[in-house]
Amino acid sequence: MGKKILMKGNEAIGEAAIRAGCLNYFAYPITPQSEVAEYLVKRMPEVGGVFVQGESEVAVGYMIFGASGAGARVFTTSSSPGVSLMSEAISYIAGAQCPAVFVNIIRGGPGLGGILPSQGDYFQATKGGGHGDYHMLVMAPASVQEAVEMVMLAFPLAEKYRNPVMILGDGLIGQMMEPVEFPDDLRTEPTNKDSWATSGMKSRGSTERNLVKSLYLDPTQLNDHNLNLKAKYDQMKAEEVRYEPYNTDGDYKILIVSFGTMSRVCRTAIDFLKEEGIEVGMIRPQTVFPFPDAPIRDAAVKESCKAVISIEMNMGQMVEDVERCLKGQRPVHWYGKCGGDVPTPEEIMEVIKERL
Amino acid sequence: MAKTFKKPEALSDAHTHYCPGCTHGVIHRLVAEAIDELGLRDMTVGIAPVGCAVLAYNYFTCDFQEAAHGRAPAMATGIKRVRPDLIVFTYQGDGDLASIGMGEIIHAANRGEKFTAIFVNNAVYGMTGGQMAPTTMPGQRTTTSPAGRDILDTGMPIRMAELLSTLKTPSYIARQAVLRPKYITKAKKAIKKAFQYQMENRCFTFVEVVSTCPTNWGMSPLESLEWAEKTLLPYYPLGEFKTPEQEEQDAA
Ligand SMILES: Cc1ncc(C[n+]2csc(CCOP(=O)(O)OP(=O)(O)O)c2C)c(N)n1
Ligand code: SF4
Repeated sequence: MGKKILMKGNEAIGEAAIRAGCLNYFAYPITPQSEVAEYLVKRMPEVGGVFVQGESEVAVGYMIFGASGAGARVFTTSSSPGVSLMSEAISYIAGAQCPAVFVNIIRGGPGLGGILPSQGDYFQATKGGGHGDYHMLVMAPASVQEAVEMVMLAFPLAEKYRNPVMILGDGLIGQMMEPVEFPDDLRTEPTNKDSWATSGMKSRGSTERNLVKSLYLDPTQLNDHNLNLKAKYDQMKAEEVRYEPYNTDGDYKILIVSFGTMSRVCRTAIDFLKEEGIEVGMIRPQTVFPFPDAPIRDAAVKESCKAVISIEMNMGQMVEDVERCLKGQRPVHWYGKCGGDVPTPEEIMEVIKERL
Repeated sequence: MAKTFKKPEALSDAHTHYCPGCTHGVIHRLVAEAIDELGLRDMTVGIAPVGCAVLAYNYFTCDFQEAAHGRAPAMATGIKRVRPDLIVFTYQGDGDLASIGMGEIIHAANRGEKFTAIFVNNAVYGMTGGQMAPTTMPGQRTTTSPAGRDILDTGMPIRMAELLSTLKTPSYIARQAVLRPKYITKAKKAIKKAFQYQMENRCFTFVEVVSTCPTNWGMSPLESLEWAEKTLLPYYPLGEFKTPEQEEQDAA
C-alpha cells in the first residue's frame, strides 16, 4: 500500500487499471465517466500504453474483443446507454471465453434517461444485457477506495475465468473525490494465454494456430460449450461471492440488502436508528453476480428478523434476487428511487420504521 | 514428375463448404498465396466475418478470430493496436462491410489502422439466402427486391473503393475481380501489395474483389462469371484508387 491521496473516482479507476498492468484502453465519451478517458489519454503515453477513442461503443466493444483475443490485458469504461451498445460484444466475448474488464458508471434510464447516479442497470449487468446464456462476474463498489481495489481484482478474475468482468458503479462513485490508497501493483501476466490467444504462432513459439470464436453450428457441441460456460458460472458462485455484513451481530428486526452508493446511505440510517434503540442489520453484496444467496438467507432467517428490505436506486431489480434466495422464508419489501435523487437517511429510516 | 500445382501452406486440407463455382475459394487462395510468399503465416491473425466466409478459419492455417456481423475492422483495430508486430487482415462480404459494418470500416480506414481489409463484393447477401445488399445492382432481383432493386426506394449501389478513397489517411485502395484468369492475376498482385504495405507499417490497406454468388443469383457458375463481367464491372471499375506512390508524387 502507498500513501493516501485525494482522487476523483473516475480518475482513480483509470489509475487502478494501469497499476493492475492494464495498458490498453479503448473508449467512447459519455457522462458521467468521461474523466476516465481524459485521465488516461495523458497517463497511457507515460507508461507506453495504448489509448484509442473509438467511433462508437459498438466499435469499442469489438476493439476490446480483438485486443483481448490477441492476449492483451484490456479494459473500457462507459455509462448505461454505451453499455447497451457494448452488450453485443460482451456476449461474443463471453462466448469466445476471453478476459476483459468493463466499467459501467450507471446513469438514469431508460433511453437517454438522465445523467445523475442510478442503479438501474442491475438487471443488464447481472442477467446479461446481450443475447445467450452468459454471465459476467459483477462487482459493485461503495467507495472510491473499493472501486480501486475491485478494478485491480477484476483483471486476475477475468483471466482466471476467461470471462468478462464488470465493475458496476454509479455516477457518485465516478464523480466523488475521496482519499484512496492504491494496493501494490499487480505484477502477474495474463496466464495460459498461449493456449488460446491469437498472439501469432511465431511469438508463442508454436506450430499450432489458435482460434478465438463463439460459433458452434453442431447442436451437441454448442450444448457442451454452454455446459462448460455454466461450469464457470457455478465455480464463480462457489468461489467468488463477496459481501459485507453491517450490524448483524445483535438482534435486528429488519435486514436491509443494499449495494454501492445506496448502501452508504443505509449505513447512516442504521446508525441513527441504533441511537433510537432500533436495531437494523444489513448485507451489502460486493459481488452482485455471483449473488450472496447464502449470507443473505442466513442473516434473514435469524429469529429476531421479521422482514427484509431491498433498497436500491432503481424501480426494484435486486429485490428479485433477494426474493429468489429467501424462497418465501421472510417477507421481502423494496424501496427505491431513480432519476438521481438519492434517498436520504431520514427517508430510509421512515421506510424501515413502517416495517417494524 | 515435377509438381506444378501445390496448395499454399496457409490453406488447410478442409473440404470447402462454399457452393460449387463460388469465387470465395479463389479469393481465399490468393490471400493464402500472398501470406505464403511474404512468409507471414506464423505472425498473421485473420478475422472472419459473418457471411458465407464465417468459416474462413477452417481453411486458413494462421491464427484467426471470428467477429460479429460487420465488426471485423474494430476487432482488427484492437489486435493491431496492442500487437503492432502482427499482420492482421479482415475478410468481409458486402452486407458485412458495406451495410451493418459501414461505421467500423470508415473509421478504421480514417484512423489509418494498419491492417488489410479484403472486401468480397458479390452484390448480394449470400449466407442468409440472397437478400439485397448495398452493392446490389439497379434492377437486380434478390429475395428482398423480387421485382428488381428499385433505386428510387433504396438508392444506388455503394462503391466502397471509391468512397474510402475520398479519405486522406488510407494508403492503398484497389478494386480487382476474380472473373477470369487475367483479372485473377491482378487481384493477386493487389492483395500481395496490400500485405506488403502493411509490412512497411503503412496506414490502412483495402482490396475490393468483385466476386460471384451463383446460388443466389440463380445462375450457373459460368453464367455468373459472364453476368458479373457484363453487369458489375461497368459500375465497379477495376484498378488502384489510392497508392502510397501516387500520394508521394502528389505531395512532391
Ligand atoms: C447482428 C446480425 N444481424 C444479422 C445477421 C444475419 N446475417 C448473417 S450473414 C448476413 C449477410 C451476409 O452477407 P455478405 O456480408 O454480403 O456476405 P456473403 O454471405 O454474401 O459472403 C446476415 C444479414 C447476423 N448474423 N448478425
Ligand atoms: S451462397 Fe453464394 S457466396 Fe455463399 S457460398 Fe454459395 S455461392 Fe458463394
